Amino acid sequence: MQLKPLARSLAVVLSIVVIAGCSSTGGTQDGDSSGSQDGRDGSSSSSTSGAGSSGQYGSGSSSADGSQQADSRIPDVKTIYFDYDRDTIKGEYESVVMAHARYLRSNPDADVVLHGHTDERGTREYNMALGERRANAVERFLNIQGVSSSQMSVVSYGEERPAERGDSDDAYSQNRRVVFNY
Amino acid sequence: MHTITKLWLFCLLLAMSTVASANLTIEITRGSDQALPIGVVPFEGSEGMPEDVSQIIHDNLDRSGFFDPLDRDSMPEQPGEADDVQYSTWRSLDLRYLVVGKAERTDNGYRLQYDLMDISGQRRLMSETVNADEDDLRGAAHYISDQIFEEITDIRGAFSTRIAYVTAQGVGDDTDYGLYVADADGRDSQQILTSDEPILSPAWSPDGGKLAYVSFENERPEIYIQEVNSGNRARITSFEGINGAPVWSPNGRRLAMSLSKDGQPEIYIMEIADRSLTRVTDSNSIDTEPAWSPDGNQLVFTSDRSGGPQIYQHSLGSGETERMTFTGNYNARARFSPDGENLFLIHRSDRGFQVARQEIDSGRLVTLSDSTQDESPSVAPNGTMVIFATQQGNNGVLSAVSADGRSSFRLPAAQGDVRDPAWSPFLNE
Repeated sequence: MQLKPLARSLAVVLSIVVIAGCSSTGGTQDGDSSGSQDGRDGSSSSSTSGAGSSGQYGSGSSSADGSQQADSRIPDVKTIYFDYDRDTIKGEYESVVMAHARYLRSNPDADVVLHGHTDERGTREYNMALGERRANAVERFLNIQGVSSSQMSVVSYGEERPAERGDSDDAYSQNRRVVFNY
Repeated sequence: MHTITKLWLFCLLLAMSTVASANLTIEITRGSDQALPIGVVPFEGSEGMPEDVSQIIHDNLDRSGFFDPLDRDSMPEQPGEADDVQYSTWRSLDLRYLVVGKAERTDNGYRLQYDLMDISGQRRLMSETVNADEDDLRGAAHYISDQIFEEITDIRGAFSTRIAYVTAQGVGDDTDYGLYVADADGRDSQQILTSDEPILSPAWSPDGGKLAYVSFENERPEIYIQEVNSGNRARITSFEGINGAPVWSPNGRRLAMSLSKDGQPEIYIMEIADRSLTRVTDSNSIDTEPAWSPDGNQLVFTSDRSGGPQIYQHSLGSGETERMTFTGNYNARARFSPDGENLFLIHRSDRGFQVARQEIDSGRLVTLSDSTQDESPSVAPNGTMVIFATQQGNNGVLSAVSADGRSSFRLPAAQGDVRDPAWSPFLNE
């Protein structure tokens, strides 16, 4: 873990996400748009963090300490997690969404696709709708933060692309997520 | 990435016919205590045949839950024709029925002659000769199974039908998805689509010739229609948002589906010929997973307009909508029984997500499955069984349960996840 360079104010939030990311990365995030080949090698968090120039989360090398710098590059943390059957953005992830809002406001040419996901419980097409509801909630939040609707689109994958396999509560919580794809 | 994905998919589509099969095997998990004892004697002259016809008939009858076939090793004798059947011998084994037969080589296959005997009545119930090509002996065995099943139960057999299902192998971005069609016994599977993006919700056309399904091959959901035999396919919808849950109307001219292009997922009906859309639902909630009543006059669907997901019925004549399910706080993805009197659906009980049947008139709901992570129930065209997806360990498998819940079987795959089964209509009209 390379948490040292992280700003203290974000350390707690990011560590949760980074730990979550480390356990579920391995090419499982349908995240990065430019680095899909990198994701194919089933890389662990260490190689993932060094892959590509798009700055994947888990690298810990980019700083969150200078907001002017943060606004000029895509935020590292690209995944936020949800409670069961909920589309509410949890307090601990608001700063993540805010960072994306700042980035998108500062970069009007940037586009993001919000991928909504659910865990595997329940029926597939109903979960498709729940995944969309989660991604829509993030889109609305970004919109309220001043991000133009033209910069955002939503695709729900429902339960079709789990980040983590298995029927444990841990796996379920890793799968209930919205991923920012630039 | 997009281009590579598409090119890859295109190449695989071209190579479709050469893709290896991945048959499913059958494990009977629960036998009915009301199953009828029957014996299927190995056909005389069947040594050296490429398929064991009498074993296929045995297995079909066993799987149906209506029969409890006698193991061939327990047979005191193996007569090849009706005249040789000693009724007292079989009656002492408490057998109700016996199938005996002969196989004879012909120029391009076999002539199968069989008799169905009523042991207690000491009489022959039916006798038939079937000519089968060498490469269609399984089909002949399924046909004979259908005839025996119908003669005894008065219910049309569904052994000559097929199932479509989706496979997923790998994890995350490395997952490969496949759409397969196999015989109802899981054999003779053929891959009809390969993709590195999700495939879901296959649905048979009423003539059994086409499948509608959702594919993410362009990194968003779109509905396609594909001819099963030729592989020809066409994209039917690509609206913004969800394009999901396609189902064919009984007359085959329309598709009901769920689209979220106007905000929330709503139920729409598309005229396939001109692709025109009619919106059916108008609510500030999720409306998805439509299913047609057998007469085509009603649509049931899943909606969370009252909070959690419940089944609602929309009458296409009156335009009225009523809630159908009231047991528990999660009922979804309903399918009608062929007689229109029952709904099979996924019900969340204390134990988990289970296949359940609700009588439409009484509203009584009973759970049918033993498993707890069930999805995607699909009803056999004769209404006797429901196939569905569930979990075994960390793998998705297909399972089936009889409409009365008394018998069940599982179709595990050798590897990967199997899911989203769709039972075909009758194919031998």
